[in-house]
Amino acid sequence: MAVANEPASSPLATAPAPGRRWGEVIIESIIKIAGVSVIFIVGFIFLFLLWEGLPAILDIPLRQLFGPQWYPIEEHFGLLPLLFGSLLVTVVAVLIALPLGITTAIYLGEIAPPWLRDILKPIIEILAGIPSIVLGFLGWIALAPLIQTMGAPTGLTAFTGALILAYMALPTIISIAEDALYAVPREYRDGALAIGATQWQTIWRVVVPAARSGMLIAVMLGIGRAIGETMAVLMVTGNAANIPAFSENWLFSPVRTMTATIAAEMGEVAQGSTHYHVLYAIGLLLFLITLAINSLAARLIGVSGGRRSRPGGSL
Amino acid sequence: MDIIAVKNLYFTYADGGEALRNINLAIPRNQIFVLFGPSRAGKSTLMRLFNRLSDLSENATHQGNVLIDGNDVFEPGTDVYDLRRRISMVFAVPTPLPGSIYDNLTYGLRMSGMRDRAEMNRRVERSLQQAALWDEVKDRLKTSAFALSGGQKQRLCLARSLALEPDVILLDNPTSGLDPLSTATVEESLYELKRRYTIVMVPHSVQQAARVADQAAFMLDGEVIEVDSADKLFIHPKSKRTEDYITGRFG
Repeated sequence: MAVANEPASSPLATAPAPGRRWGEVIIESIIKIAGVSVIFIVGFIFLFLLWEGLPAILDIPLRQLFGPQWYPIEEHFGLLPLLFGSLLVTVVAVLIALPLGITTAIYLGEIAPPWLRDILKPIIEILAGIPSIVLGFLGWIALAPLIQTMGAPTGLTAFTGALILAYMALPTIISIAEDALYAVPREYRDGALAIGATQWQTIWRVVVPAARSGMLIAVMLGIGRAIGETMAVLMVTGNAANIPAFSENWLFSPVRTMTATIAAEMGEVAQGSTHYHVLYAIGLLLFLITLAINSLAARLIGVSGGRRSRPGGSL
Repeated sequence: MDIIAVKNLYFTYADGGEALRNINLAIPRNQIFVLFGPSRAGKSTLMRLFNRLSDLSENATHQGNVLIDGNDVFEPGTDVYDLRRRISMVFAVPTPLPGSIYDNLTYGLRMSGMRDRAEMNRRVERSLQQAALWDEVKDRLKTSAFALSGGQKQRLCLARSLALEPDVILLDNPTSGLDPLSTATVEESLYELKRRYTIVMVPHSVQQAARVADQAAFMLDGEVIEVDSADKLFIHPKSKRTEDYITGRFG
């Protein structure tokens, strides 16, 4: 045994044994395959959507496809009401969630005493894990009646959907924005306080600008969560695929989002029919919108990220 | 009257660690006052009490008085933000803030409510000249402060404090991490600055302390062992422990 062990202590033994090298190669390839497969999966999803959605785009005149009438039974496939529904609900949801999320993150990261932060942060992270259908119930049972008593003809409106979506996007926004604030070096705070900044001035003029790329990621992921959400909005937006007449209470009219349309109609559509292909075309449109948002985020982050990476580089 | 007077000051951190014990000091105007001693002697802790940056250490407690121009900084109702503009601190690690060089210099002014552009420009130029940085950056005031070299960043932080036109500048090891040439530049600007300002400084080394100090205090384990004019303290220290430290027998 002593003889067998001897080579291990000789200088030549620092080269890896053949067995280990094979292990190395196998593990590396598994990791590489896992990484590359993501690209393929996304590519296949896109191709599949294109394959199933393209017939609709070719069959239906574009003028009708982007027209205001969605009556699938009468062969009217106008996507405009659905686009409008998704856009309205998402934009309002983001407008609600953004200020709330950012201020909560600032409170958690900068102002709250440590013991309170230790209680609040896990609770907020649990919120992120609540299934959307449960939030849909909550909106249906608790929120909708409340909105109806406020004077809307029905409680199932675009605004109800936006509120639920805002609530769903909040944990994501808070959690990631708080991480971004946490990553701001302590020296920035000291530097600002040492020249007589108040706590609020330090946060607003120094810490938040320093964390802005992370904050932007938070916002983008929040938007992504909101636009892709299906079940909750299906339950609480009233499911009316039309563009409400523009009036003071158009926010309180029923709408229907793209995601909800797919979920509601996919089950009863004849496979291979125009209607079927149109639903895939909607999926394709959603895919492209999400892609656009993500690449916009990546570009914005690239710009500010480059600026931020410089202090590390020059140190 | 001395600009800073410390009387029977004790300071204890939240974990019960006693950082300062019975400190008594009088710091006169327009001098360079050096606090030196081995690490963990309490030098930085003491400086942070002068402008109440010590407030940031949660649950720390203190006893005794820190008087600035005869007013106790711990008096309720003290405007701590105004205090920090008058007693401005520069840290060992330079802390440029995100933004341009110009932004860095005017942060403090804008946060104190100044809106006068011409006055801000005047202060930017003068503070950069006082910190011996003007010639190097005058053509790129709008570029990012992060692009400066280490020594330039340190002088930028000094200039940022000077732009506030404070009464006292607290320098916590301002030449740590600087090459000898940059160190000499900073030290030279200190001689100029003391005509206008009072400077309290934790030096990089005993040699630097001896070079720049008008008066010096030797600190050890949270206590001031000896205070004297630099001429006396570095040549004929009264305390054995001071002598041992200066001559390099410990520390």
